[in-house]
Amino acid sequence: MDENDQEQPTDEMSGLLVSVGLKRDVEAFEVLFRHYAPRVKAYMARLCRDGTAAEELMQETMMVVWNKAAQFEPSRGTVSTWIYTIARNVRIDVYRRTKRPEFDLNDPTFVQDDAAPADKAFEAFQEAERLHRAMAALPAEQLDLLKRSFYEDASHSAIAEALSIPLGTVKSRIRLAFAKLRAALEER
Amino acid sequence: MSINHHVSDELLLRYASGELAEGWSLAVATHLALCPSCRQRLAKMETIGGALLENISMGTASDDAWARMRSRIDKMEAPVSRPKEDHRQVPGAMPILPEPLRSYLGGDIDSLKWRSLGMGAYQIPIRLADASTIARLLRIPAGKPVPEHGHAGQELTLVLAGSFRDGSDVFARGDLEEADASLTHQPLASEGEDCICLAVTDAPLKFKSWLVRLIQPVLGI
Repeated sequence: MDENDQEQPTDEMSGLLVSVGLKRDVEAFEVLFRHYAPRVKAYMARLCRDGTAAEELMQETMMVVWNKAAQFEPSRGTVSTWIYTIARNVRIDVYRRTKRPEFDLNDPTFVQDDAAPADKAFEAFQEAERLHRAMAALPAEQLDLLKRSFYEDASHSAIAEALSIPLGTVKSRIRLAFAKLRAALEER
Repeated sequence: MSINHHVSDELLLRYASGELAEGWSLAVATHLALCPSCRQRLAKMETIGGALLENISMGTASDDAWARMRSRIDKMEAPVSRPKEDHRQVPGAMPILPEPLRSYLGGDIDSLKWRSLGMGAYQIPIRLADASTIARLLRIPAGKPVPEHGHAGQELTLVLAGSFRDGSDVFARGDLEEADASLTHQPLASEGEDCICLAVTDAPLKFKSWLVRLIQPVLGI
């Protein structure tokens, strides 16, 4: 895990993005851009291995962030999660030219969540903190597999082949890593 | 409604990370529309994706990256804020098919043009932009076996109406069955109501031999 001196606290990012959504706040957006643009570009570069394409996909992603900022709800999660899902979708739409089928919360057939938990914004922030700690504590080989499953267009069996380790090992390491991170997310 | 058969971790992770092909994603997304507990699992995986993004090892963005972005947003007009569409206000009966599946088919059950598969079973092929999988809606008459159960690769079946039994397991609305080539199974629609399900399979393998190619449609693989 890389240490980053200028890392911004999660709730500050959240406030900035809300401000972009409410007021088209260009200054707030610049702060978000300077923090996330290099991260989104690195994410794209790991997936498409082409610097120019990665730069374009990053610009596209940040454009969507600007345009859809009003849809961001701090109660649903952190800015990094929200931007991650946008970057992922941009990659599918633009780079792979296929659609990503998604459920629709407003569809009459949509089965709503059982109960809306209270004070989700604060909870989302705390969750993120716990998750960062748990992630930093993961053994290197588990973190590596986790990154591969998020950053590389590969199935578990393709990852096993690339690393010359048995498929069962890949699956059990990923399962272990997930169990630890989930436990961190579920702490109260 | 209680769903008993959920999306596996591997499949959900590949959906969360954007690696899952369109056909599989269609089945997963439609299951998610019906299953709050899998949506919670998805949200956790996306939170992990966000944390990985926050901690990714970075190079630098190009020097003029912000200048480019700035000039793009300056040129843009303020986005038109339009009232959110709320499908819940639409009068009429509750659809059977959830989104995103309903849009893929262009309408709900009653408006569809079913094609006979024989033995009283019907299907509708679903058009996908990505040809690596085949998706179709199947309607199996109550009490009858699912006709196309032989498959060479992976198969996902999502029940939308009625139910089917596979061995000792019963699959009803919202239940997702994941089967791979190693599984020989004989799903049987339950009595009482036709079973409507979304079935997604790997695209048929391209055999090199012309003879195998010739008999491939007959074997149905």
